[in-house]
Amino acid sequence: MTTLLSIDGVTKRFGRVTAVDRLSLDIRENEFFALLGASGSGKTTLLRMLAGFETPEEGAICLDGADIAHVPPNRRPVNLMFQSYALFPHMTVEGNIAYGLEMERLPRAEIATRVGEIMEITELSQMARRKPDQLSGGQRQRVALARALVKRPRLLLLDEPLGALDKKLRAAMQLELKRLQDEVGITFIVVTHDQEEALVMADRIAILKDGRLLQVGTPHEVYEAPASRYAADFIGVMNFINSAGRTIAIRPERIRLFPDTADRTVEGRVTARAYHGLDLMLHVATGLSPTPLVVRLTAEAADRRPVAQGDTVTLGWNDADTRTFTD
Amino acid sequence: MAERPLATRRSLAALLAAVFAFLYIPIGVLVALSFNEGGLPTAWTGFSVKWYGALLSNGDILSAAGNTLIVGAVSTLIATVLGTLLALGIETRRRKGRALEALVFAPMIIPDIVLAIALLSFFSLLKLPMGLHTIIVSHVVFNLAFVSAVVRARLKTFDWSVAEASLDLGASAFTTFRRVTLPLILPAVVAGALLAFTLSIDEFIIAFFTAGAGRSSVTLPMQIFAMIRFGVTPEINALATLVMIVSVTALTLSQRLNKGVIAP
Amino acid sequence: MNASNARSTALMAPALAWLTALMVIPCGLILALGFFRRGIYGGIEYSFTLENFALLLDPLYAGIFLTSARIAGTATLIAVVIGYAAAYAIAAAPRHRQPLLLFLAVLPFWSNYLIRTYAWIVLLNREGLITQFLRMMGYEGEPPSLLYTEGAVIVGLVYNYLPFVILACYAPLSRLNPELAEASRDLGASAFTTFRRVILPMTLHGIAAGAVFVFVLSIGNFITPALLGGGRFQMIGNLIYAQFLTANDWPFGAALSMALIAIMLGLLTLQAMAAEKGAGERREVLDG
Repeated sequence: MTTLLSIDGVTKRFGRVTAVDRLSLDIRENEFFALLGASGSGKTTLLRMLAGFETPEEGAICLDGADIAHVPPNRRPVNLMFQSYALFPHMTVEGNIAYGLEMERLPRAEIATRVGEIMEITELSQMARRKPDQLSGGQRQRVALARALVKRPRLLLLDEPLGALDKKLRAAMQLELKRLQDEVGITFIVVTHDQEEALVMADRIAILKDGRLLQVGTPHEVYEAPASRYAADFIGVMNFINSAGRTIAIRPERIRLFPDTADRTVEGRVTARAYHGLDLMLHVATGLSPTPLVVRLTAEAADRRPVAQGDTVTLGWNDADTRTFTD
Repeated sequence: MAERPLATRRSLAALLAAVFAFLYIPIGVLVALSFNEGGLPTAWTGFSVKWYGALLSNGDILSAAGNTLIVGAVSTLIATVLGTLLALGIETRRRKGRALEALVFAPMIIPDIVLAIALLSFFSLLKLPMGLHTIIVSHVVFNLAFVSAVVRARLKTFDWSVAEASLDLGASAFTTFRRVTLPLILPAVVAGALLAFTLSIDEFIIAFFTAGAGRSSVTLPMQIFAMIRFGVTPEINALATLVMIVSVTALTLSQRLNKGVIAP
Repeated sequence: MNASNARSTALMAPALAWLTALMVIPCGLILALGFFRRGIYGGIEYSFTLENFALLLDPLYAGIFLTSARIAGTATLIAVVIGYAAAYAIAAAPRHRQPLLLFLAVLPFWSNYLIRTYAWIVLLNREGLITQFLRMMGYEGEPPSLLYTEGAVIVGLVYNYLPFVILACYAPLSRLNPELAEASRDLGASAFTTFRRVILPMTLHGIAAGAVFVFVLSIGNFITPALLGGGRFQMIGNLIYAQFLTANDWPFGAALSMALIAIMLGLLTLQAMAAEKGAGERREVLDG
């Protein structure tokens, strides 16, 4: 796969705060890429530099081989879907979507065709004449997306695209975004603080902390082989066990209850159990860590061997399922 | 927000500086001249407060100032009570009527010359002798509108559940108002009153038309108007400075008490 | 619910009674007065006539209306341009400094109107500060006639009402989500296009509110033309004043007031309609 965007040693400071610190990253053509980090990690600043609303103090941002770091936002083949959506309240859905094409001074007929097409794809055709304040949250999100997509940018940036939606809609839209990206064949970079969202949607994930890149990899890689304790903690649920100056990390689903064979076993008392439908979460107090270990059982496994709060249980796991950190 | 280019920021700052110069230089010149020994704008002859002293020995100005304070204080008092009750009434009503909104808004936008001649015609038709009392009742008209506007703005963000909590805890409606609602909206009420007071002591046209003929009901703005027609004098400069100090103090206090009275 | 509405009504009653007695009835009276005849020795003769309103169309008085409208219109235009620019600059300043800047911009508005007008007499009169300044710069001719000109009246009106325009324009400018301008830039618009197609349409109602206010207060103004125009530039406000206090023709004065109120209501209605239309729809290019 060819590299579309190459971020090379980019630094951005606000006064004494370094928001992005000598960050380098390559993004490939047609990729669905997620920038994952807590607030203050620099992910939004990085996104705004890609869109052209901030200029890096150092480093280069190359799109298709050309440095665009100092190109103003209206001259970049890059579009941003704003977190607040930033729909123009005084224009209709159609007007909002057409705006960017009007800026390209395209013939009216072509604008109408392309707006029609994108409204078809995003299922907005019925809403064409409505104003943003007459739309639901999910519809607004689709207008914002359509408005950016219709320009056929080389790169589409999405700032917390699903943040404003409720949980159920969010799950549906995660898959929807992925389908759309597939259909239009445009490279997406999504900024999110929601690790689950990143795991579900992205082809690759970059984890940012304090303006630096901690790890880049596929969802499987960052989940199964986190490069640092921070990354391990940030993505998914992780148990940490301190042992001789090192930290052993193990995922809840890798711990087994009353195992027949295991590299390590420990006894503990069940302090809480929470039923989640498909699985059961147990909190088990052991001597290994100050907080109880979290154990995730499938509904099937839980049925086979019912446990109640207060029961004493034996837990076991294999060394191959753990990660060891020295930091 | 993205940083604006330095050039843009500089030109915006320069523009703002020019506008502020336009707004403040005329007033500033007035204040400076009031301290000019010679009293004339032609030359600075030294710092002096003698023109302020001259004011104190001018009986007409002193009696006008006294009248203005009476008008301001009494009309503010009446307007504060009526305006606050009005605000509470409107904001606790379930349905808002357009006619009501227009009626309450009207005193703030009606050209003062129209209200002034309307009141003059009204009082003369009733054959009511005119004097300070007619100025006072006339000033209450626009003062109560301003007080209610300020108090309503506060009530819009008022959490009525605290009043409900008071009722729930056994307080009567009156006790709830006295112990809970009023203390919470008091800053806005006082801010509204200060605003009304400022408007009243500065008001000229309505006072001019409803004062009647006698010298005994001349207010300070009326006195200033008469003096200005006569020409530029150092005494007016001193008087103007004092009047502005009173207004600006009252309004700064009002703004402190209730952010958003003058400017949000 | 009824109990609560009854209490609300009771709370409003004293203020509404006051407004009715001292605003609604007097204004109604003025309206009625406009339809009566002027008595031979001043005073009012109670017989119905439309003469007073017909007199408004007399070239002399229509001319005063036009002069007033021209002066008020010019003052409004200048105040709106300067005021909008100043409001834009305040809204662009750092957030924490905006309240102070706005307070400073609006403060003069609340000081005495007479004094603010008088300040311009000090600056503009023949031996005033501007003349002094010119002399200092080496000017030796006759002092320029600045006071008692139409220009002086316009400057006075702009000076007095500029703070209000700043306030009216600042409100929508400060509420504008900065991301909207960014979105416009992101979609390929230049800074100017962004202003014309996004910022301006979204803040137009503030401009309209400020403009209507300045125009209405200017056209009915009495103090500024009296003091800075020196009576040479009669505007509607001075005309009304004269009918009541010197010409003693109250019915005609009442008719003039009604005309003023009609202009004001007309403009306010237009502004409200424009605001509603702006909120309701904006034809887009797609419609052809």
